[in-house]
Amino acid sequence: MELARGHVLVCGGTGCTSSGSAKIIEEFENCLKDKGLENEIKVVQTGCFGLCALGPIVIVYPEGAFYSMVKPEDVSEIVEEHLLKGRIVKRLLYQETVVDEDNVKSLNEVDFYKKQQRIALVNCGVINPESIDEYIAFGGYTALGKVLTEMKPQEVIDEIKESGLRGRGGGGFPTGLKWQFTANSQGDKKYVACNADEGDPGAFMDRSILEGDPHSLIEAMAIAAYAVGADQGYVYIRAEYPIAVNRLRIAIDQAKEYGLLGENIFESGFNFDLDIRLGAGAFVCGEETALMTSIEGHRGEPRPRPPFPAVKGLFGKPTLLNNVETYANITAIINNGAEWFKQIGTEKSKGTKVFAVGGKIKNTGLVEIPMGTTLREIVYEIGGGIPNGKKFKAAQTGGPSGGCIPADLIDTPIDYDSLISIGSMMGSGGLIVMDEDTCMVDIAKFFLEFTVDESCGKCAPCRIGTKRLLEILEKITSGKGTLEDIDKLEELCYSIKNAALCGLGQTAPNPILSTLRYFRDEYIAHVVDKKCPAGVCKALLSYVIDPDKCKGCSLCAKKCPVGAIEGVVKNPFTIDTNKCIKCGVCMESCKFGAISKK
Amino acid sequence: MKSLAELEQLRNKTLARVNLRKEDDSNIRVVVGMATCGIAAGARPVMKALMDEIEKRNISNCFVTQTGCIGVCRLEPIVEVYIPGSEKITYVKMDAEKAVKIVNETIVNGKVINEYTIGAAENN
Ligand SMILES: Cc1cc2nc3c(=O)[nH]c(=O)nc-3n(C[C@H](O)[C@H](O)[C@H](O)COP(=O)(O)O)c2cc1C
Ligand code: SF4
Ligand code: SF4
Ligand code: SF4
Ligand code: FES
Repeated sequence: MELARGHVLVCGGTGCTSSGSAKIIEEFENCLKDKGLENEIKVVQTGCFGLCALGPIVIVYPEGAFYSMVKPEDVSEIVEEHLLKGRIVKRLLYQETVVDEDNVKSLNEVDFYKKQQRIALVNCGVINPESIDEYIAFGGYTALGKVLTEMKPQEVIDEIKESGLRGRGGGGFPTGLKWQFTANSQGDKKYVACNADEGDPGAFMDRSILEGDPHSLIEAMAIAAYAVGADQGYVYIRAEYPIAVNRLRIAIDQAKEYGLLGENIFESGFNFDLDIRLGAGAFVCGEETALMTSIEGHRGEPRPRPPFPAVKGLFGKPTLLNNVETYANITAIINNGAEWFKQIGTEKSKGTKVFAVGGKIKNTGLVEIPMGTTLREIVYEIGGGIPNGKKFKAAQTGGPSGGCIPADLIDTPIDYDSLISIGSMMGSGGLIVMDEDTCMVDIAKFFLEFTVDESCGKCAPCRIGTKRLLEILEKITSGKGTLEDIDKLEELCYSIKNAALCGLGQTAPNPILSTLRYFRDEYIAHVVDKKCPAGVCKALLSYVIDPDKCKGCSLCAKKCPVGAIEGVVKNPFTIDTNKCIKCGVCMESCKFGAISKK
Repeated sequence: MKSLAELEQLRNKTLARVNLRKEDDSNIRVVVGMATCGIAAGARPVMKALMDEIEKRNISNCFVTQTGCIGVCRLEPIVEVYIPGSEKITYVKMDAEKAVKIVNETIVNGKVINEYTIGAAENN
C-alpha cells in the first residue's frame, strides 16, 4: 500500500452497492487519473457506515467529510474541488454535518452517531475489508496473539465469563458458560462454528459485519477454538449473500497466507483451520441443531435437545456454536478486558447490540447502541423520527419470533430481560418501526405467512398449527372472523408454543400473542365492527365520495379501472361498492379530497 | 505469524498509511495551500516532496492535507504545520528542497526553521 495524503472511503455495503456505489468507485478512479492524483489519493471500498438510507456514502479523510447520496456525476466535482483544491463540496455533504458556511461537525456529533457506541461494528466503514494489512494496522490479531502467547485456555474462558457477554443470535445465553461447557466436554475432536444464517426478514447485522470486517470473525473464532480445544471451524452462511461470502473467503485466504490460520500459530503449537459452508437459505437452518445437520451434508432439520451441541454437535463431537455478532465482541473484550466491557450496558445485559432499523423511520440503517438505550432514543434521536409527520405506533423486535413494543412502552430500556418481560425479545436485531397506518392484525399475518412458508414440517404442531393460525388470521382480516375465533387463536398459540419441536415453532405464535396483548381492540374491531382501524385490510374498507365536497368533475370515474363510479357532471358522483375492487386510484386522483376510505 | 513482535512490525508498517482515518488529535497536520494561485506558484511539487519524504521515513504521526487560498498569494506556495500543543507555523515560498527540510527538521525534530517562516519573509 502506498502512502496517500487522502483516502476516499466508498461504502461497499449491501445498501450502497444496490444504490450504485460500484459505479462511484469507478468514477473516482477515472477522475483521479485524469487529474494525475491517483498516487496521492487512495480509493478504499469499505463495509456499511450505517446510514444506508442516504447511500451511496463517501467519506473523505483526513477531513472526515461525509458525502451522502453521491451520484456518479458528482464525483468529478469532489475530485476537482475537494481533492485537488482542498475545498469541501458543501452541497453534497450530509446536511446534518454542516454547521455553517465554514464549519462542519465531526460525525460523532451528529444525532445518528452520537448515541451509538461501536464495538462489534468498530471497523465497519473504516477499513478495507479485503485488506488484512489494514485490519492489522487497526489493531487486528493482537488479541489472538495475546491469547496464544500469554493466556491459558481457562483464563480466556474466565475473561469471557466475567465480561457478561450473552449470545447475540437471539437466545441471549451467556457466552462464557457455553465456552466452558464445550471445553469441559470430553472428545478426541472438537469444533467451533459460526451461525451466519441470518434469515429474519429485514435483518442484515451479521451480513454487514462479514462484509465490513471479516477478519474480526476469523480472529474471534480462532480464540474460541483455542479456549475450548478445537482445531477446526465452520462458518455457516447463506449462499444468497455473495458479497459477504466473497469477502470472508478472501479474508480466510489472507489469514492462511500470514500464518494466522493453519499450523503452529504464533509458535504456540495451536493449529486452527476454518472453512465456509453455504446454506440454501432456509430460515430453520439458523436453528442450531438444523444448522449442524446441514453442515454435515444432510437436509437441515432440527432434532430434539438435549443433547446440546456442546456435548454432541457436529459429526457427533462437542461443538461451540455462536452467532457472528457474538464473535465480533470477543477481540474487544480480550484487548480491553472484561472490566471495561462490563461497564457498558445494563446489569444483566452487558455491552452493545446492533440493530437493523427499518420500516417507517427516517434513518433506516444499521445502528449499534449500548444495552439499556431506550426505544425512544433509537426512534427519535438516532432514527430521526417517523416520516411525513405520522405517529409512532409500535416497533417489532425479534422478527417472526418476537413481538411488538407499543407506543406507551417506548421508554423501555432495551435489553434481553426487559424485552422478554414485555412479551417481545431481542432476537438477532431486526427492528421494524410501524406508524399509525399499520394494521397490527395484518402485521401478525405477515409474520405467520413467513413461518408457514419456513416451517420444515417435521412436527405436526408447527406444520399444521401455524397453518391454522394463518387461516384464522385471514378469516379475521377478510371480515369473516368472530369473537370466538380470537379466543381460538389465542388458545392454539399456547398449545403450539408448548408442543413444537424446535424454536421456530415454539416462537412462531409470538407476533400474534404480543399484538393480542397490546392491540386486542384492533382484533375486536375487525370481527365485531368489521372495520380495519388503520385502513389496511382491503376487505374491510369501503371508498366513499362525500357529496358535499364532490364538485362533479368526473375525473375519478375516468380513472377507475373497473367503472365503479357513476354520476352526472357537476353533480356529486357515487361509488358502487359491489363493483369497487378497492384499488385506491380514485382517492389519489380527486383534487378536492372528496373521496375517503372507511 | 511467529510472534507478537512480528505482528507489531507489520502493524507499524501499515499504520502510517491508515492513520489519517483515525480521529486522533495528537497527529501533526501539514496543510498546503492549493488554490489556483498556489498551484501556479508550484504547490504541487511541494506537496509531492512532502509526501515522498514522509513515506521514506515512515512517519506515522503526521498527515498532509490541502486547503484553498490562504490569502497571501505573493508568498505562495505556503505550507502550514500544526503540531498539537504548539502554535501554527507558516512557511512561505516553498519549493521541493525546502519541503524535505521541513519534514526532517520540523516534523521529526519539532524545530522551527526560522528563515522560511512568514515572519522572516515579511521582515525582509
Ligand atoms: C428458527 C430459528 C432460527 C434461528 N436463526 C438464527 C440465525 O439466523 N442466526 C443466529 O445466530 N442464530 C439463530 N438462531 C439461534 C440459534 O439456534 C443459536 O441459538 C445461536 O446461533 C447461538 O449463538 P449465540 O449464543 O452466540 O447467540 C435461530 C433459532 C431458531 C429457533
Ligand atoms: S417446530 Fe416447525 S420448524 Fe421446528 S421442527 Fe417442528 S415443523 Fe420443523
Ligand atoms: S374526482 Fe372528486 S370531485 Fe371529481 S367527481 Fe370524483 S369525487 Fe367528485
Ligand atoms: S377504489 Fe378503485 S375500484 Fe374502487 S371506485 Fe376507486 S378507483 Fe374504482
Ligand atoms: S450499506 Fe452503505 S451505509 Fe449501509
